[in-house]
Amino acid sequence: MLLTITTTARPATDLGHLLHKHPDRVQGFEQSFGTAYVFYPEATEERCTAALLLEVDAQALLRARTSVSTPDFSLAQYVNDRPYATSSLFTVALGRVLRSALRGTCRQRPELARTPIPLELRLPAVPCRGGADRARALFEPLGWSVLAEPVPLDPGLPGWGDSHYLSLTLTGTLRLSEALSHLYVLLPAMDGTKHYWVDRGEVDKLLRAGGLADAASEGAAEGGDDPGAHASGWLAAHPERAWITRRYLNRRESYVRTALARLAEADDLPEEAGDDPAVEEAAEERIAAPGRGEREPSLAEQRAGAVMAVLRAENAASVLDLGCGSGKLLERLVREPSLGRVTGVDVSVASLEHAHRRLCPGCDPRGRGRHRPLFADTAGGTEHAAARPELLVGSVVYRDKRFEGYDAAVLMEVVEHLDPSRLPAMEETVFGAARPRVVVVTTPNAEYNVHYEGLEEGRLRHSDHRFEWTRAEFTLWADRVADRYGYRVRHVPVGPEHPETGAPTQMGVLTR
Amino acid sequence: MNTPEKTAPATRVLTVPAMGLVVLVGVSGSGKSTFAARHFKPTQVISSDYCRCLVSDDENDQSASADAFSLLHTIVDIRLRRGLLTVVDATNVQSGARAQLVRIAKDNDVLSTAIVLDVPEALARERNRHRPDRDFGDHVIRRQRRDLRQGVRRLSREGFRRVHVLTGPEEIDAATVELERAWSDRRELSGPFDIVGDVHGCREELEELLGRLGYALSRDDRGRPVGARHPEGRTAVFVGDLVDRGPDSPGVLRLVMGMVADGDALCVPGNHENKLVRVLKGGRAQLTHGLAETMDQLGRESEEFRQRVLSFCDGLVSHLVLDGGALVVAHAGLKEEYHGRASGRVRAFALYGQTTGETDEYGLPVRLPWAREYRGRAAVVYGHTPMDKAEWLNNTICLDTGCVFGGRLTALRYPERELVDVDAHRTWYEPVRPLAGGASTEAERPDASVDATDVGVGGPRPGLAVHTRYGTVRTDAGSTLAALEAMSRFAVDPRWLLYLPPTMAPAPTSAEPGVLEHPKEAFASFRGSGVGEVVCEEKHMGSRAVAVLCRDEAAAERRFVPGELGTVYTRTGRPFFGDPALRARVVDELRRAVTDAGLWDRLGTDWIALDGEMLPWSAKARSLIREQYASVGAAARAALPAAGSALAAAAGRGLPVDGLADRVARRTEQVEEFSRVYRRYSWDTDGTAGLLYAPFMVLASEGREYGDADHLWHMATAERLAEASGLVRSTRYRVVDTTDPAACAAAADWWGDLVAAGGEGMVVKPVLGARAEGRKGLVQPGLKVRGPEYLRIIYGPDYTDPERLEVLRDRNVGRKGGLAMREHKLGLEALERHARGEPLWRVHEPVFAVLALESEPVDPRL
Repeated sequence: MLLTITTTARPATDLGHLLHKHPDRVQGFEQSFGTAYVFYPEATEERCTAALLLEVDAQALLRARTSVSTPDFSLAQYVNDRPYATSSLFTVALGRVLRSALRGTCRQRPELARTPIPLELRLPAVPCRGGADRARALFEPLGWSVLAEPVPLDPGLPGWGDSHYLSLTLTGTLRLSEALSHLYVLLPAMDGTKHYWVDRGEVDKLLRAGGLADAASEGAAEGGDDPGAHASGWLAAHPERAWITRRYLNRRESYVRTALARLAEADDLPEEAGDDPAVEEAAEERIAAPGRGEREPSLAEQRAGAVMAVLRAENAASVLDLGCGSGKLLERLVREPSLGRVTGVDVSVASLEHAHRRLCPGCDPRGRGRHRPLFADTAGGTEHAAARPELLVGSVVYRDKRFEGYDAAVLMEVVEHLDPSRLPAMEETVFGAARPRVVVVTTPNAEYNVHYEGLEEGRLRHSDHRFEWTRAEFTLWADRVADRYGYRVRHVPVGPEHPETGAPTQMGVLTR
Repeated sequence: MNTPEKTAPATRVLTVPAMGLVVLVGVSGSGKSTFAARHFKPTQVISSDYCRCLVSDDENDQSASADAFSLLHTIVDIRLRRGLLTVVDATNVQSGARAQLVRIAKDNDVLSTAIVLDVPEALARERNRHRPDRDFGDHVIRRQRRDLRQGVRRLSREGFRRVHVLTGPEEIDAATVELERAWSDRRELSGPFDIVGDVHGCREELEELLGRLGYALSRDDRGRPVGARHPEGRTAVFVGDLVDRGPDSPGVLRLVMGMVADGDALCVPGNHENKLVRVLKGGRAQLTHGLAETMDQLGRESEEFRQRVLSFCDGLVSHLVLDGGALVVAHAGLKEEYHGRASGRVRAFALYGQTTGETDEYGLPVRLPWAREYRGRAAVVYGHTPMDKAEWLNNTICLDTGCVFGGRLTALRYPERELVDVDAHRTWYEPVRPLAGGASTEAERPDASVDATDVGVGGPRPGLAVHTRYGTVRTDAGSTLAALEAMSRFAVDPRWLLYLPPTMAPAPTSAEPGVLEHPKEAFASFRGSGVGEVVCEEKHMGSRAVAVLCRDEAAAERRFVPGELGTVYTRTGRPFFGDPALRARVVDELRRAVTDAGLWDRLGTDWIALDGEMLPWSAKARSLIREQYASVGAAARAALPAAGSALAAAAGRGLPVDGLADRVARRTEQVEEFSRVYRRYSWDTDGTAGLLYAPFMVLASEGREYGDADHLWHMATAERLAEASGLVRSTRYRVVDTTDPAACAAAADWWGDLVAAGGEGMVVKPVLGARAEGRKGLVQPGLKVRGPEYLRIIYGPDYTDPERLEVLRDRNVGRKGGLAMREHKLGLEALERHARGEPLWRVHEPVFAVLALESEPVDPRL
């Protein structure tokens, strides 16, 4: 809610010219979500401090709900940190109220705007889940000296530790416009979970403010009031550039995701990170195996390759990808000429929408006359059937007629996402009812985890994994399933094999 | 009877199956429409002229014929699928046209009847001439008549079960139609029944079993049993396979035939009777599977007896639909689409079951698990597959417990649903393979899985329509899919989920100044719906927790999940405790409390389900408190003082910031009040230490649910549990007469004291319990009245600002009430189905629907 900008450049009160705000006045600027005030707690020749204080009007924010896109829909509407923290809402106010300063325009003192001056920026509550290290990694390369102190969560809850807010003080000698554009771009990036964009084009504006017009892909029209149009392009040279852009571009919502958030909320749980396979892959990449050369395919690629090899060897003509997620494997399957019928199943509509975007570019699932895979109940049979896999919302723990009639089914990195108590239901659905000739199951090999640096002992590779099996445990399970449902099983390691711990991924091929 | 019948023009009575297809055959002008109108309801008659009119606006537009017949066939198909008598009024003089109709009837497993109206050509011509819209030439009628004459002799070979030929207008006018029910339709018989499994010649065991069931046997002069009668008029029903393998097939037949003849028994044929009929008729069949023994034994009987056996077995109807349609008996079971139907494949299914065409390692056919997929409302009782134990599965039960193989002979009392059995006196015949494991001998029962269609997924459009005692409750596509994901990824095994707690509506918004919720409105609301006495229960601020507790593993195995003793789950069905060891400790402690409180015996049960609140809130909601509440406090405590000192400095410079500074000061206080609320509901726990469970309702125990128990009983039961265990906390409550202003005011004061002491508030419920009804039927099971301080964590620290409060008064409580009511109906339905012992999918359906409704966008702050 508060930013103070202090300079000791003489005369310090020239800060008023740079900000286009008179030091002896208190000015209020109405926003759709409250009022932003600019005033000067001190203004002397030696030292001048300007304060930008955003007073959020919760009621106005609620009224503006239709125009303000909020990712959280309920509790957080009333109980949220926006009135107090330096949220992205604050950033929006910053961009508007200090627009000219951000652009570096200053009619009275043009040369001053172009001159680096000693600055101290203070922000008492900056949301930053990466902690002080993250803040330093973001600001230090830009020439700031960073003092970042974690804010304690609650003195009334001893033992609960610190909050995810930092009290942030940045000192350095920079041009004011540059300093403001750093805040404008980096504050929302640090605030990982919640963003309150006033409109969708806001993302593009922010990225352009960092001089990264290319990254702001979706092609919003060039706006005349673009506050960052004249920024210097510092983002392009920033060592954390990839991280920053990813923070902006990785956010998408879907209505089912919102519904799920409501269920989590009904259960007094914070919003789920979601079961996004991309997250999982990133996790495995992050804890990359030792000694993997740059040129070597990733484990995910090797896994998909191994699955493809099995399907070819088994002469499968149709395949059901159970738990297809965002469609990485489907992408390969549809290119396989020997496969006449390819169907992806996932329990998450959001994942299927992802897969649909991946597999049918330019095709709107809700559009008229377009590919509409998500609620399909029967086999495709359309002219696009070969190129466009059928996508079904379904669950492996609910028996499903639609799963019948395939040569092969793939459960790639799926079983470990099921609670052990639900495995029998999955077995019944896949091996008992659908009964494809071939079932390919891949799952992490827990023994291999010791090779992952950064993965604490006993921890799992992904937060949604309910278990990770040793090779013996997987064999035991596969043998039991094979015995019960009349399959034979063979095991294939995937990825670099270690003499003692085996390969990172284990694959079981069950056939009948 | 399969040949065309010609009789004098007296009154011909034409029998027609009540469920089936009637094809009228006759040239244009033969009087088909008149005949149809006289004998059938207008909706039963589908005429080609009408269909032609529907697709062309002109019933004589011959160019529309193809479309017209396509429509006609579609309508016929749908009507027959729905089991409706359907009469096709078209000339149908060509065999091709008739063949299509017969095909449709066969596909729907119903019988076809042809009624031929044969009138002189001159008469037909004359009639057509009086109809100006029929301008086709006489040659058309001549050709139709020629086709008819050629075809009529072949009609019975075309697949019509009956062919009635009416010759001349007099005979046509004199004919009457009599609807004949399907032979399998014995819905008028309501029993009570004793349904007996596969006997296979085990006469001694059958005698013993009938004796145990209470039948008095009658014997012939040689001492052989020839009949049995139950003193209370019960009827025995045999599921077939009376013969083969066992020591005395003729003796069994003599007894059963006698009982059937005397009206003491019904019988459906088994595959063994079917084969016996073929052999007795002189057909060829391998004398395997014990048939040789039977032929041997029958060889020692008289020819007259063998003939009686033949006519008895040959006359058995493939299956029986009994008790108003609630009970179906078929030898190998019968899927729902085939109930009451008649066709070759229905008979084959009833006799042999549905097989995959594959054989198992013993060379026996692999059977398709029709019972696992069975979703019908009628109970299906069958035999055929020897099991080591008779068990219900999706409202079906197999009574073949392998008596002839040394197992038992089992009978089912219906409607009591009690099993009665006698042990085999010896192994009469060595089984080829061991008896199929009864479901409970395996770790996973076959009905542990639910079909996607049971939860509204897999059809063209996701969604559920759950029929409850209080009306149908629907879920839409988005929420159904959200529930599918949540249930699949996070919920406990659905066998534990006998109930999900419905959401609760708040009392209507208060008129009192400064508060949003007040007891007054809750009392007024119940008074208005005709509820006099209510109970006010202290509302604990924790997390909703349903506890299902079993006395022993046998109870868990029988009713829930084998190998466990209970579970505690959240309001969305997630495991309450992520740590299995902690869950086990809580379950054990709660089971001990139930034991010590004497509830097992008091309620006559070996399991119990409780609904309650688990404290502290932080036990489960720790990360929510951290992210959603304490973080706001932290940010505020960091930012507000900084803002305060900046403003103070500015004020020191003489800048006009007073208003702003005041507001910042006020926010600082409000945030402190806000923080006090969530801190109060947060305390550290270590294992079970620090945990408290406050049950407020007994949901269910074996064979019953407690929706009709009053809340005073529920509260007293909770008190017993609290006395028995330190883990259980009782709930303060008081009863209020909503029509007594003084009592209402006193209760409001009581509420005031509760919330002043930091309580969340209270819940007002009709004393009579969850099923309490008011003037307009079911009423809200409870209304919550939350305290003004508590609401800070709902509406934000500053909601008490007058202008904010004014806006909040407009919150839409009605929609929340509607949602709460729909979920309440589903909750009661789930408990009721579970209490009735209905299959898992039936219980899961309303439970799943609650979860779906919970994902709907209704303001959860309410």
